[in-house]
Amino acid sequence: MKVKVKLFAYFRDNRFLEDFRDFPDGTTVGNVVDGLNIDREEVGVLMINSRHTSFDSLLKEDDILAIFPVVGGG
Amino acid sequence: MKDKIFRVNLTDMTTAVEEVPEAWAGHGGRGLTSTIVAAEVNPACHPLGPNNKLVFAPGLLSGTVAANSGRLSVGGKSPLTGTIKEANGGGTAAQLMARCGCKALIIEGQPADDKWFSLAVTPEGVTIEEETELIGKGNFEVLETLSSRLENKPAIITIGPAGEMKMAAANISIKDPDGGIRSNGRGGLGAVMGSKRVKFISVTPGDAKLDIADPEAFKAANRTFAKSLVDHPVSQALGQYGTNVLVNIINESGGLPTKNFTQGQFEGHEKISGETMHDTIKERGGRVKHNCHPGCVIQCSQVYNDADGNKLTSGFEYESIWAMGADCCVDNLDHIALADKLMDDIGVDSIETSVAFGVAMEAGILEFGDGEGVCRILKEEVAAGTGLGRVIGNGAGSVGRTYGVARVPVVKNQAIPAYDPRSIKGIGITYATSTQGADHTMGYTIATNILNVGGAVDPLTKEGQVELSRNLQIATAAIDSTGMCLFIAFAALDNEECLPALIDLINARFGLSLTADDVVNLGKYILKTEREFNEKAGFTNLDDRLPEFFYNEPLPPHNVVFDFTGEEIDSFWDF
Repeated sequence: MKVKVKLFAYFRDNRFLEDFRDFPDGTTVGNVVDGLNIDREEVGVLMINSRHTSFDSLLKEDDILAIFPVVGGG
Repeated sequence: MKDKIFRVNLTDMTTAVEEVPEAWAGHGGRGLTSTIVAAEVNPACHPLGPNNKLVFAPGLLSGTVAANSGRLSVGGKSPLTGTIKEANGGGTAAQLMARCGCKALIIEGQPADDKWFSLAVTPEGVTIEEETELIGKGNFEVLETLSSRLENKPAIITIGPAGEMKMAAANISIKDPDGGIRSNGRGGLGAVMGSKRVKFISVTPGDAKLDIADPEAFKAANRTFAKSLVDHPVSQALGQYGTNVLVNIINESGGLPTKNFTQGQFEGHEKISGETMHDTIKERGGRVKHNCHPGCVIQCSQVYNDADGNKLTSGFEYESIWAMGADCCVDNLDHIALADKLMDDIGVDSIETSVAFGVAMEAGILEFGDGEGVCRILKEEVAAGTGLGRVIGNGAGSVGRTYGVARVPVVKNQAIPAYDPRSIKGIGITYATSTQGADHTMGYTIATNILNVGGAVDPLTKEGQVELSRNLQIATAAIDSTGMCLFIAFAALDNEECLPALIDLINARFGLSLTADDVVNLGKYILKTEREFNEKAGFTNLDDRLPEFFYNEPLPPHNVVFDFTGEEIDSFWDF
C-alpha cells in the first residue's frame, strides 16, 4: 500500500520533508517510525489524516502519516 | 529594600510612594494588577476617561535571578473589550522596576490640557516631566532617541502613534535587552496610556537590589527550577524553531484559521513555517535564538534579517505570523516580517491588527494575500491616523461593524487568535470564558489538545474540554502573578520537580510557606476577582459565547462546528 509520510522540524534533517512510500499490509505507525531510525522517545505527536494517532495504529492505502518531535509554542 | 506602591496622579500632577496595603502584600503581576483595578477602578467608567487607571506590576519573582522571571503585567479596564485586562510582556522593565522597590506603579487621573508627559521611576519614587520631542514618533525612534538622551541604561516602556491616537488595538512596548521591542499586546492598554498623555516611562534602579529572605534556599530552588526548564524537550524546540514551529502542526491538525476563519488549513503553510523561518534566518545571518528578557533560559525569540542581511524584525512569533500569514493568506515571510516591524513601530497588537486585516480583506478593502497592500495601509493609513487607519486600528470588530461583515472572529470584541475553536474545542472554551476576551494564553489547551503535553484530550470531541480549560486558566492566573513566562508551563505540566521548585522560590524570596493548594487558590481568586469586575461592568454569561458563524459554518477539513451549549460553557465557572 502507498502511504504519504510527512516529517517536521529536525526530523527532516538528513531525511525528507514528505515522501510517498510503499509498505506491506499490517504496517503500523511505529514500524514506519522505527524504519526511519527516529527514536520513539523523541516523537511528540503522530497524526493520520489530520487525526491524532499512536504507534500501534495500522496504516491503510492512501493514508497521510505526519510525524512530529516534541514541540510547543503559543 | 522594602516594596512600595508608586502612584502618579495626572489630574493634579502629584506623585506618592505608599506602603503596601496588607491585602496586596502577597500579590504580584496579574494578581496584583487585577486586585488593584478591582479595588480602585469603577467598573462602569469609560476606559479612556479620568476614572480608569493603568497599573504596572512586576511579578513576585521579577528582579531576582530566578530563570524566566522577567514578565511585566499591565492592567486596567480595556477600551477594546470593556472588561478588566491584564497584558504581560518581556523586556527589561519588570526586573528593573522590581529592583526600584516598585511593587506596582499606578497611573491615575488625566491632564486638563493637551500636553504630553514622561515618567521616570527610580528607587526614590516617580517624577513627571513634560515631553515634546517624541510626540508623534514611532516606538523605534523613541528607543533610539532615549538611548542617547537618558543615562544609566534605563528600561523603557513606550507607546507609539496608535496609543497616542487612543486606538483600541494599541499596545504598550517594552525595550528588550538588544534595543528591540516586546509588547504587552492585547486589549488596547496603549490607548489607556495615551489617554493619560504619558508617552514613555523610564525605569532606572541604580545599584538598588532586592531583599531575598533565604538566599541559600533561593539559589537551590532556582537550580532545580532552571534545570527542569532547560531539560524539557519543548524548551529545546522553542529555542531552535521559535513559537512558529506551530504553523505546520496546527495546519496538519486542521485547526489553522485561514482566509478569515473559513478554512482550517493554509496552502502556503510551508512557506511561513518555523522550519522555513529557521533556515531563512540561518542563511541570512540572523539569530535563531534570542532572549526577550535577561535570565530567560528558553530563548524562543529570534532576529529575522531581510534578503540583504539587515535586521528586519525580532520576536517574530507564531501568532503574528499565523494572523498576517494564514488568516490573510499572505505566504511571503518577508512581507509578514515587514508588517510585524511596522506594527511594532506604530504600537499596535499584531494579533488584533492582523485579524482586522483579514476582516478587511473579506470586506474587499484589499485582496487576500496582498502583503504589500497590508504594509502600505499600515504606513499610510494606520500610522497616519486616517479614517480607514483608525477603523483598522480599532480592531477586527471595528472593521466588521464599519463594513457590514458578518464573519468577525472576536469574543468580547477581542480578536480570536491562531487556533480554530471548531476543530480544537478546548481552546473555544477558553476564548468564550476568559475574563478578558478571546485570548489563547489565558488557558492554553493546545498543549493537551494538540501537543500531548500534560496528557492528551482529543481536540475534536467535547469530552474533558471544560475541565481542561478550567484547570489551565486557574494555573495560568497563578503563573502570571509570578513574573514567569508562560512557557514554563510546558515543563510544569510534565516535570514533577518544576512547580514545587517555583513555589520554593517564592517562599525563599519572601520567607513564606506556601503550598501547591495556596497556588491553586490564588488562581481561583484572580479569576473570580476579574469576573466580578466584569459583572459590575455589565457582562453576563451570555457574553461568554463565540460568534454565531462558529456554530453554523462547518470548518474544513474536518467539517465540524463549535457545538457546546450555553449551559455547558457556563459550567466552566463551577468552582
